[in-house]
Amino acid sequence: MPDGAQPVLDVRELKTVFKIRGGEVHAVNDVSFDLKPGELLGVVGESGSGKSVTMMSLLGLLPSPPADVRGGTVTFDGQDLLKVDAETLRMTRGGKIGFVFQDPMTSLNPVYNVGMQIMEPLRKHMGMTKKQAAVRAKELLELVGIPDADQRLKDYPHQFSGGMRQRVMIAIALACDPKVLIADEPTTALDVTIQAQILELMKELQERLGMAVIWITHDLGVVAGIADRVVVMYGGQIVEQAPTRELFKNPQHPYTRALLKTVPRVSGGREDRLEIIEGQPPILAASPTACPFRDRCDVAIDRCAHENPQRYDVGNNHDAACFYDARTGAPRDV
Amino acid sequence: MFDDTKPATKLVEVNNLKMHFPIHSGLFRRHTGDVKAVDGVSFDIYQGETLGLVGESGCGKSTCGRAVLRLYDITDGSIVVDGDAIGDVRQKDLRTKRPTMQMVFQDPQASLNPRMTVQAIIQEPLDEHTNLTKAEKREKVLALMDQVGLNRKFSGRYPHAFSGGQRQRIGIARALALNPKFIVCDEPIAALDVSIQAQVVNLLEDLQREYGLTYLFISHDLSMVRHIATRVAVMYLGKIVELAPREELYAEPLHPYTKALLSAVPEPDPDLHDTMERTILTGDVPSPSNPPKGCNFCTRCPAVMDVCKQIEPEYREVMPGRFVACHHYNDVTTTAEQTAASEASDRQSLRNGA
Repeated sequence: MPDGAQPVLDVRELKTVFKIRGGEVHAVNDVSFDLKPGELLGVVGESGSGKSVTMMSLLGLLPSPPADVRGGTVTFDGQDLLKVDAETLRMTRGGKIGFVFQDPMTSLNPVYNVGMQIMEPLRKHMGMTKKQAAVRAKELLELVGIPDADQRLKDYPHQFSGGMRQRVMIAIALACDPKVLIADEPTTALDVTIQAQILELMKELQERLGMAVIWITHDLGVVAGIADRVVVMYGGQIVEQAPTRELFKNPQHPYTRALLKTVPRVSGGREDRLEIIEGQPPILAASPTACPFRDRCDVAIDRCAHENPQRYDVGNNHDAACFYDARTGAPRDV
Repeated sequence: MFDDTKPATKLVEVNNLKMHFPIHSGLFRRHTGDVKAVDGVSFDIYQGETLGLVGESGCGKSTCGRAVLRLYDITDGSIVVDGDAIGDVRQKDLRTKRPTMQMVFQDPQASLNPRMTVQAIIQEPLDEHTNLTKAEKREKVLALMDQVGLNRKFSGRYPHAFSGGQRQRIGIARALALNPKFIVCDEPIAALDVSIQAQVVNLLEDLQREYGLTYLFISHDLSMVRHIATRVAVMYLGKIVELAPREELYAEPLHPYTKALLSAVPEPDPDLHDTMERTILTGDVPSPSNPPKGCNFCTRCPAVMDVCKQIEPEYREVMPGRFVACHHYNDVTTTAEQTAASEASDRQSLRNGA
């Protein structure tokens, strides 16, 4: 991917709050990232870290109320997606930006055959006739590796296995040649051998079609295999961002380092005892005034309790939101 | 964990276990077929060890775990737990046996009654199976909460007030209440976040060390099983295809399915992704109501031979302690000889084990 290229998607200081009975949940706090053309960006985080909500907010997919996108800009195609009218947003979703959700069973409509569901965006967004759409739908099924495409178009979602259903979802997302594909945990519900098939397919499609992809996952292993660059989220914030190799070789944020240590592996040395991260993820009841990881952090200092660290640049296109500098082993002098 | 002194007594012996669920169809709901969820599984679990049972969804691993505890009335086979055959005992007569064998379920949300307090949940097995006084029970519950790392002060709270990891601790405390010897852990960490998984696994290991517990640890997470298990059994479509000590299985898997499964696990190391050779399996798992002829894996196997599509491979010990069901490790030609050979090796392993 060419460095310094104009990003296709630029998100600045996005802030999303959910109103709940008796209070608020600050699910996304000042999240900023960009996506370059042809790049695969991995977004890693545990449940509740705000990774899905971030992506849903920038496409206006969250019901409001309870959700409230309080601030920030999302620049795509020269427009701020948070400010455009509903019609433009609708044409962008499913057209220029494709979305693949985690669970293909709940996101496909069980009463329509998959042919109809693939043809829908083609007819709505690309203005194709029924015949043209049918031809294209068949091509798409072949593209995602579903055999007997002609026959399978007439089948209903329940007639497909989990892996095949996810391929159908990918075909729908790819239908209108999107510039950006957002995949929200697309392999989490699948078995490892099926996951391996989908990852392989995705890498191949991304190279062939040259689109930019945001891949949300909680699995560091998946990210290591497919992403060019990784963003790590914790407590509704981005705590670290780096190119994939750099992140795994040289993790800076204490959370990333702890996460890498806590996951056992199938090859290499085996630890007799797993390293653990003590405690629980934070409850985001208010706008954060302190580091969200401080209670579970082994290098926390006084400052962490009073101030939320900004993302400090550590070189090699790598930044980390931590007052502690892992390179020097001492608090940052800023 | 028990690498230095291999425990020799068998706590659990499962032989040719079958669990078929009938399919009824048509106007008269006639019995038209069976879902062969578990179809002839044999394994032993030694005192104090953890047997990992891995496989993909639908392979029958959870059904196997539940059948071993007789949560189902099994179709065929024998189960011996702690010296007692429980395979064909009536459910009513099993009650006295229940305290020895307990279970930790996958989904702590679904397996804890939302209308019961933590105190009541953990106390329920004590109410059912012991004659302790109220005060004794209360004391025991609080002690159990300490053991699993739950704050005593929260004993009056309801499950919804706890996080996923804490709820799983409640489930573990309940399983421990009757001082069991054998616990089936059915995907105990699958619903938990990565940073919480290690906490629960470490707790299970601590409890095992302290009380000499024996686990059947069912999981689809091959890396976690490598961490916790002493020996590992790999299931595919209702059958065990390979069973081996942990180190051997991960270092040198024998069955083509085990090889593919291991190579499909994404490792958190970008360099490894570039260098390692991946076996990507094509297709999906066949239906357990209509398994293929011959070897169950023959439809997806990268090393399939003609014989695999005709004859089902024998599950036999090919090296000491290593069992595999694959024609690639069968030099013996006739089925009769195979059976004889496997029986001989079984006897051999018994002698070695004793």
